[in-house]
Amino acid sequence: MRLIEVRGLSIGYDGKTVVSGLNFDVNEGDFLCVFGENGSGKSSLIKAILGLKSTASGHIHFEKGFSRRDIGYMPQKTQVQRDFPASVGEVVLSGCQGSMGLRPFYGRVEKQKADAAMRRLNIFDIKKESYRSLSGGQQQRVLLARSLCGADRLILLDEPTTALDPIATGEFYRLIADLNRREGITVVMVSHDISGALRFSTSVLHLGGSEVMFYGKTADYVKTKIGESFMGGEAL
Amino acid sequence: MIAHMFSYGFITRAFVVGALVSLCAALLGVSLVLKRYSMIGDGLSHVSFGAMSVAAALNLAPLAVSVPVVLAAAFFLLRLSENSRLKGDAAIAVVSSSALAVGIIVTSLTTGMNTDVCNYMFGSVLAMTKGDVWLSVALSILVLVVFVFFYNKIFAVTFDESFSRATGVRAGLYNTVIALLTAVTIVIGMRIMGALLISSLIIFPALSSMRICNNFRRVIICSAVISLVCFAGGMFASYAFETPVGAGVVVINLAVFAVMSLIGRRTGR
Repeated sequence: MRLIEVRGLSIGYDGKTVVSGLNFDVNEGDFLCVFGENGSGKSSLIKAILGLKSTASGHIHFEKGFSRRDIGYMPQKTQVQRDFPASVGEVVLSGCQGSMGLRPFYGRVEKQKADAAMRRLNIFDIKKESYRSLSGGQQQRVLLARSLCGADRLILLDEPTTALDPIATGEFYRLIADLNRREGITVVMVSHDISGALRFSTSVLHLGGSEVMFYGKTADYVKTKIGESFMGGEAL
Repeated sequence: MIAHMFSYGFITRAFVVGALVSLCAALLGVSLVLKRYSMIGDGLSHVSFGAMSVAAALNLAPLAVSVPVVLAAAFFLLRLSENSRLKGDAAIAVVSSSALAVGIIVTSLTTGMNTDVCNYMFGSVLAMTKGDVWLSVALSILVLVVFVFFYNKIFAVTFDESFSRATGVRAGLYNTVIALLTAVTIVIGMRIMGALLISSLIIFPALSSMRICNNFRRVIICSAVISLVCFAGGMFASYAFETPVGAGVVVINLAVFAVMSLIGRRTGR
């Protein structure tokens, strides 16, 4: 089932159009990876999907029964978070804030949601620990749990492995792949790490000029020139 | 000695207002320091100084003039650093020195550097009239109530603004709430602490508590306690050694910060 339909989309920033005529779909159960150079419009595309940025032209259409509220977003880590004094539980619980409206305090429903998200990602036993003392990989699990707290039909990840070492990166991909395959959560992931991400993705959107622009199955992507160059000619 | 100290009405008044303001500043300070807005207190206090000088020259009530002016400045600073090329710290420096300059020019053209103006700069426990006290108490309680009410939202917006925005939290609104509460706190507090020292009330307790606490709620509570203790200490020191209150509070805060840093290093946090 199709969740999001993007047609003829143009995005730009600072007054320049960087992507135009973009067409792609996000289907339920997809693991879609979005690649592209810096400045190719990846972040702008995410903002447009989340409704934080208006689009120059074209449309992003959410299918019936699916809305922005069903997207769990995992932004890039910020400087502020590095030494932020908060417990794992507090961070995860803040993911419920979107559905709170003006209600000031968390109720039982929110706490149960947060606990369930932490159990799902195996971080329930470190609930009381400090976020800033965790390893990079553990911190990403916490942020992912926070996203799942908000919504768990589609997760939108913005370069989740940027600051991770190779081992933690591999673990994180397996975690995402697990959520995708076992629990059927749709994944849209923006990444720089093409060769790593390709092992788990089902489809690929490559942003850039007309010669590198690509949207299709991962299996077809690796046959293209650019896909081949990243895979070093290896078969999957 | 303590009983003797509180037999003076003006000291009791200053103590009540100061304690409430310390509490407000400590709570807001945690969020401001984490958001890298430490210097906003400094900027706003200079704006408040400018406004109060103008009010004094025109014979108007200082609080009534400076509250709205500083509220506007807080709002403006926030918008400015969000949207324009002038970054947060530069924007604060520009606004702060300009307001100070206006204040000084107005003062020297009219009343000259009298005790009132000096009090705005360095703070004084004598500055509070009874009307000021009631207004200050009411405003500080308002700040505390609003803070507690928005506590979870302030946490969410401080920890991750882009996530909050994406999930439909009105981050802009809560940033504005933080800025407005800060503005009110600064204006009330600078009568006692002085324009030059009020920002310490915002920064120090937050920094100290972050050395030793590992969860947000504890940081907030610890920061409130440290702030109250340091303020009380500053008041007693001021009474015992006849030093200005503001300076005493800052020095005690510095000592607490040093101790907390040592403890924090020992426990490896």
